[in-house]
Amino acid sequence: MIPGDGEQTGEVTAEGGHGAVPTTGVPTGQGVRRRDWPLYEVFVRGKRGLNHVHVGSVHAADAEMALHNARDVYTRRNEGVSIWVVKAEDVTASSPTEKDPFFAPAGDKVYRHPTFYVIPEEVPHL
Amino acid sequence: MTATDARSPEAYAREFQATIDADQRIEPRDWMPEAYRKTLIRQIAQHAHSEIIGMQPEGTWITRAPSLRRKAILLAKVQDEAGHGMYLYAAAETLGVDREELTELLVSARQKYSSIFNYPALSYADVGVIGWLVDGAAICNQVPLCRCSYGPYARAMVRICKEESFHQRQGFELLLAMCHGTAAQREMVQESVNRWWWPSLMMFGPADGDSPNTQQSMEWGIKRHTNDELRQRFVDMSVPQAEALGITLPDPDLRWNAERGAHDFGEPDWSEFQAVITGAGPANAQRLAHRRRAHENGAWVREAARAYADKRAKAVSA
Repeated sequence: MIPGDGEQTGEVTAEGGHGAVPTTGVPTGQGVRRRDWPLYEVFVRGKRGLNHVHVGSVHAADAEMALHNARDVYTRRNEGVSIWVVKAEDVTASSPTEKDPFFAPAGDKVYRHPTFYVIPEEVPHL
Repeated sequence: MTATDARSPEAYAREFQATIDADQRIEPRDWMPEAYRKTLIRQIAQHAHSEIIGMQPEGTWITRAPSLRRKAILLAKVQDEAGHGMYLYAAAETLGVDREELTELLVSARQKYSSIFNYPALSYADVGVIGWLVDGAAICNQVPLCRCSYGPYARAMVRICKEESFHQRQGFELLLAMCHGTAAQREMVQESVNRWWWPSLMMFGPADGDSPNTQQSMEWGIKRHTNDELRQRFVDMSVPQAEALGITLPDPDLRWNAERGAHDFGEPDWSEFQAVITGAGPANAQRLAHRRRAHENGAWVREAARAYADKRAKAVSA
């Protein structure tokens, strides 16, 4: 018998994507960080001329291994020509919960958009 | 949340639901109800575990593939499953869980994985049938998840669904080749379909009446269709595909219902489903033992790489 056998798992719904898995009696973890490899955020440039775009994250012992892992996980089908990896703890982000005040300065400056200006239709190339 | 943010808990909850109702995505650092977070951790982690354990049934056939072409295809497919697991663990981690802890919950059997992977792959026809039916059923489940309310999960599913399409098509092509082969090969395909059909239908979970959590998941925009809707869609898709292969789906009650514009079909054996998902399936013990062994055997590699990285970091700073 394996550990966990015979546990009452209660209702089983079709969550899990690849097939139904139990939804009750399943722990969700303590969220305590183990001393495992650090987390790196991965950014991929899809092709020349495009920005690097965030695609996900990998764990790795160091940055070089993170690059290799990112290549294996995120570019198995030529999805990229360049990869950046950044330690997740080094990313500084605005908080979505501060969204309104943080981005408010741009809110009342409609004159920064070309559509703000009314030009007669017959004027060409504008 | 910061000290300058004085909104009430009720305001956060209203904002959260309004975001979902507007078909916008919830992102990692947004406020979210604890139950939503836990539901997602359960779902994404166990989805990831399913992909990782899902490498095993077919993986055993890599060394015995019938040709170099099939071997290269199967290797790529199994590697994809590992990749899918990684996309999903990365998504789960945005909810504040630790990947190493999720692995521990899997190998100690406290978190589960899809029941389908507890059935053994007994012949090379199974590689084809797993691609066609098992991945086909997974696609039915996963396509709506591309619009799941939780951004990182939805984005992972977009990547996965693109790759699943290759999985399903290579499986069907393999079966097509076998069905155009000898009588013995056709018999192998039929025997394999007979074993995988019902477990594939079970992948959608119990009937809607026995799935009390569905409603909440739908209100949260995690789930878009009920178990029975997805199962029906899968059956209707599979019937013409089975005809193209010239094989019979093992259900005497399966027939077209013109009135409903859909196929009627029989009831899966739900007692088998409950048994398999809670640990008593044909291969549960083997699957977990294999995963545990791989994890333990890799411990020294993880430690050595960490020690090497620490040493190099010290050398640089010295």
